[in-house]
Amino acid sequence: MADTAPRQAAPETMLSVNNIEVVYDDVILVLRGVSLEVPKGQIVTLLGANGAGKSTTLKAISGLLKTEDGEVTRGTVTFDGETISNQDPEKIVRKGIFQVMEGRRVVEDMTTIENLRLGAFTRRDKNVRRDMDMVMDYFPRLKERAGGLAGYLSGGEQQMLAIGRALMARPRMLLLDEPSMGLSPLLVKEVFGIIESINRDQGLTMLLVEQNASQALKLADYGYIMESGKVVLDGTQEELLSNEDVKESYLGGGEQRRSFKNLKSYKRRKRWL
Amino acid sequence: MNWDLLGQLVVNGVIVGMLYGVVAMCFVLIYKSTQVVNFAQGEFLLIGAWTCWAMLVWLEMPFWLGFLFTLAFMFVFGILLQVVVLKPLIGEPIISVIMLTIGLSIVFRALMSWMFGEFVKPFPQVFEADAVNVLGLQVQPAYIMSMVISVVIMVGFFYFFKYSRMGLAMRATAFDQQVAQSLGVSVKQVFAMCWAISALVSAVAGVVIGMVNGVSSALSFFGIKVFPAAILGGLDSIVGAIVGGLIIGVLENVSQYVDSQWLQLGGLYQIVPFYVLVIILMIKPYGLFGTKDIERI
Ligand SMILES: Nc1ncnc2c1ncn2[C@@H]1O[C@H](COP(=O)(O)OP(=O)(O)OP(=O)(O)O)[C@@H](O)[C@H]1O
Ligand SMILES: [Mg+2]
Repeated sequence: MADTAPRQAAPETMLSVNNIEVVYDDVILVLRGVSLEVPKGQIVTLLGANGAGKSTTLKAISGLLKTEDGEVTRGTVTFDGETISNQDPEKIVRKGIFQVMEGRRVVEDMTTIENLRLGAFTRRDKNVRRDMDMVMDYFPRLKERAGGLAGYLSGGEQQMLAIGRALMARPRMLLLDEPSMGLSPLLVKEVFGIIESINRDQGLTMLLVEQNASQALKLADYGYIMESGKVVLDGTQEELLSNEDVKESYLGGGEQRRSFKNLKSYKRRKRWL
Repeated sequence: MNWDLLGQLVVNGVIVGMLYGVVAMCFVLIYKSTQVVNFAQGEFLLIGAWTCWAMLVWLEMPFWLGFLFTLAFMFVFGILLQVVVLKPLIGEPIISVIMLTIGLSIVFRALMSWMFGEFVKPFPQVFEADAVNVLGLQVQPAYIMSMVISVVIMVGFFYFFKYSRMGLAMRATAFDQQVAQSLGVSVKQVFAMCWAISALVSAVAGVVIGMVNGVSSALSFFGIKVFPAAILGGLDSIVGAIVGGLIIGVLENVSQYVDSQWLQLGGLYQIVPFYVLVIILMIKPYGLFGTKDIERI
């Protein structure tokens, strides 16, 4: 939080999503004009309630929308200045964007090591082994379970494996979809700590989707808040953390515990538009 | 009891069973990755054997050249099958694709009969015909070769799925296509490779059988025996396919022995594997190695 000052030298934009509209099955309109930017080397978070369209936004970027009969019908997604909307996911992975999907999604009948090697599928260089060691250093728990089936890992370990597998692709940008989902508070801290150190060590650019707004805003440089298929608010970490609406709806009332009487008002979901 | 004959039949059963296992593996490979039950699996053997036969007899190629050409041809054939015939059906109900494979099997069989005739044609002699003595059993060199080739293919499959990029991608695709795509795997490419490898390896089995029994449309019936082997193994397990193949091969031969010694029903052994299949499926509905929750290969 205090260390944001040196980062403010306005880094170049790596990814920009320009007013996209997404339709599933030709009829279901889910995103209704979403725009966001992710500057190089930063962590940007995308927050919002269930069904707001966060995962859909990530899939529109990674191309996985195609696998679910979805399509970007308006607007564009550009990565390094190149338009990538509606391209095949395997092409987009090769350009350096890697999505870690919601719900971990490790290949359960493969071992930890095999999952990691699978992450390097698009690579042809000789440094795969070295990167495997790098992943094991970030996630020592995976080292202990290296030869075991991924299906028998705990939820937290599977999440670590999913992130580690993504690192094996040596992406230039990571899209993380709710890495805290289903993890205990302690594990969330651990996983988020590792995500932050990966960003710090490697300068890896990240777009982090979360429902756990307080944790996400701790590491993000910038945040967007979505509701019903639209971005309704955006701002720097400080701006969002101090915003009253954000506090009320997403941070559960901020740092101080309020009295029980006031709790009721948190249930009233406030709309921004 | 005629122990010598029984021993001989068990050995034959193992040798044939391993070939069943190899072809069943090819069948499982397609089923596991693409969910297509390939009823044209037996025709892959037929096409492979006739192709090799044509290279050796019509074009008078030396064996290894003709064999390599056959492998290359079948590989391309498998890819074309996926790209030209099956790909347009992506997104259609899987039953349409299965019906299509039944159609393909009929077309291929008719085509082969038309091109090469109905009768058995002997394969040019590649290995010595004289049986050799192995541990007191008379074994034809061609059988030993068949066994060696089967083992090499099985070990090859194991390493392929365990260590190669494409093998891992196939397993990932079989587990979850969307996950595979998120890792940069092209599902279309994986499907094409499955058909190509399945066709190529089946053709090897076809050539091996052709060398022993001659080439004829009977080869495609080999495919019918492969179904019980694959189903017995659980349809989606590579190891299961091998075990299933061995069981079917040995059973077939032992029941032939029982029949010739005591029952004299004639031809009984042809259907015994199917009885056993029914009984095993009543006890274990997922086959011996089939998936319930967590999958294995
Ligand atoms: N494949 C699909 N086909 C049709 N509609 C879909 C599909 N995927 C998502 N939707 C719809 O799009 C809307 C947004 O879904 P999305 O998964 O993007 O939300 P989300 O913000 O990620 O929610 P959550 O926090 O629960 O993951 C939902 O109403 C959902 O029902
Ligand atoms: Mg989601």
